[in-house]
Amino acid sequence: MAFTIRIVAGSTAPIYRQIVDQVTRGVASGELSVGESVPSVRQLARELVINPNTVAKAYAELVDSGFLETQAGKGFFVAKRRQVYTKAERLRRIDESIDQLVNQTLVLDIEPEEIVQRLQDRFEKHLKPASD
Amino acid sequence: MSSIAISANNLTRYFGNTPVVRQVSFDIPTGTVTGLLGLNGAGKSTLIKMLMGLLAPTRGSCSVLGVDSTLLTPSTRARIGYTIEGHFAYGRMTVRESEQFQSDSFPNWNPTLFQNTIERFGIRPTARIRTLSRGQRAGVSIALTLSSDPELLILDDPALGLDPVSRRALNETILEFMEGGERTVLLSSHLLDDIERVTDRVLVMVDGRILVNSSVSAFLERVSIWTCDSSDEPRHIPCVPGLIHAYRTGRRLALVVVDVDRESEAAMARIGGSTLTRSDSSFDESVIAYLSRSRSSQSFLTKNAAATATL
Repeated sequence: MAFTIRIVAGSTAPIYRQIVDQVTRGVASGELSVGESVPSVRQLARELVINPNTVAKAYAELVDSGFLETQAGKGFFVAKRRQVYTKAERLRRIDESIDQLVNQTLVLDIEPEEIVQRLQDRFEKHLKPASD
Repeated sequence: MSSIAISANNLTRYFGNTPVVRQVSFDIPTGTVTGLLGLNGAGKSTLIKMLMGLLAPTRGSCSVLGVDSTLLTPSTRARIGYTIEGHFAYGRMTVRESEQFQSDSFPNWNPTLFQNTIERFGIRPTARIRTLSRGQRAGVSIALTLSSDPELLILDDPALGLDPVSRRALNETILEFMEGGERTVLLSSHLLDDIERVTDRVLVMVDGRILVNSSVSAFLERVSIWTCDSSDEPRHIPCVPGLIHAYRTGRRLALVVVDVDRESEAAMARIGGSTLTRSDSSFDESVIAYLSRSRSSQSFLTKNAAATATL
């Protein structure tokens, strides 16, 4: 199973943020398992043809938030999950995203039931362990 | 080794009565790739020529590799790679001949780097330069500049007119050049997607002034776009702190704002009321907002000091 990171320029998300999000999602969905190594900063920068400092910044953030850990001389590995935020902080963060979602739901005139259904589908897709 | 590769201090240049570069001050740290962005005529090439000591400043000063640009000796120049706009090359020579010609002037010539670079652009060493495509000619020019093993690379619009494959080759070449970590690149370009990928920092130049000097990610995170229903003409809207640019899209008024705070949000709410919505801004949208405001020339927008982002 190959985990690949793809980035686009010209998005509203900075490139380092795209890398952070994809690794985070990879860990959450089980596509990246604990102890697995991720490409080195230089290797990923070459693959994506982006500035290595951008990759370094993304990895530093992933280490800070507990998704990756470094082993001296060996590179970056998926860390055993530990929660760095309190429950209250986690709820505050997710509420921010929910508020945005609710806003968009109203703006785009979509039934709340439909949103709930789609959310459920999305969770099932992401939380299902990768089979191949 | 000094940690500042390029420094400009109040750098100003007039052509006749026209100021082309106006009181520009910035430092470029060693080991970074910096993108210099601006419309044609914003003063980018004039700035670069002053850095290289090819034009004298009217006022102020600048230095490269710690040496004042007006006092550059040949040995300091040999540590700087510089390509001018348009990739000049001798059409009658073959690629190999132009390498020999160039390498005579540089003691630290790196033939492997030259070979790797032209291969990346798909160029045969026996090809005559005038038979090459524009992208390949750019490849030769970059290879000739890089292979002298410079500490500082200054590229004036190297991607002008390149096809997507050559652009990728150019980006790869610049990034490979940087892998040692001790080298510095300054490049001017209009290709915002490539700038976002390759650079650490951006300088945005408008009408001879540097309005943005920031890391790419911070720049992106600090600029946001707000839209609302409003019949106000963009040029008549009241002052919004941090406003960079205002324009109409259909019936909606769009406001591009840097470092939005309560005050600016309140000012926008007075214009748009409940129809006001926020969205994030992409790199190109943010840059274009800065560049567009020079089109509105001497409106209040250009006087708003808060819209200058420095990080």
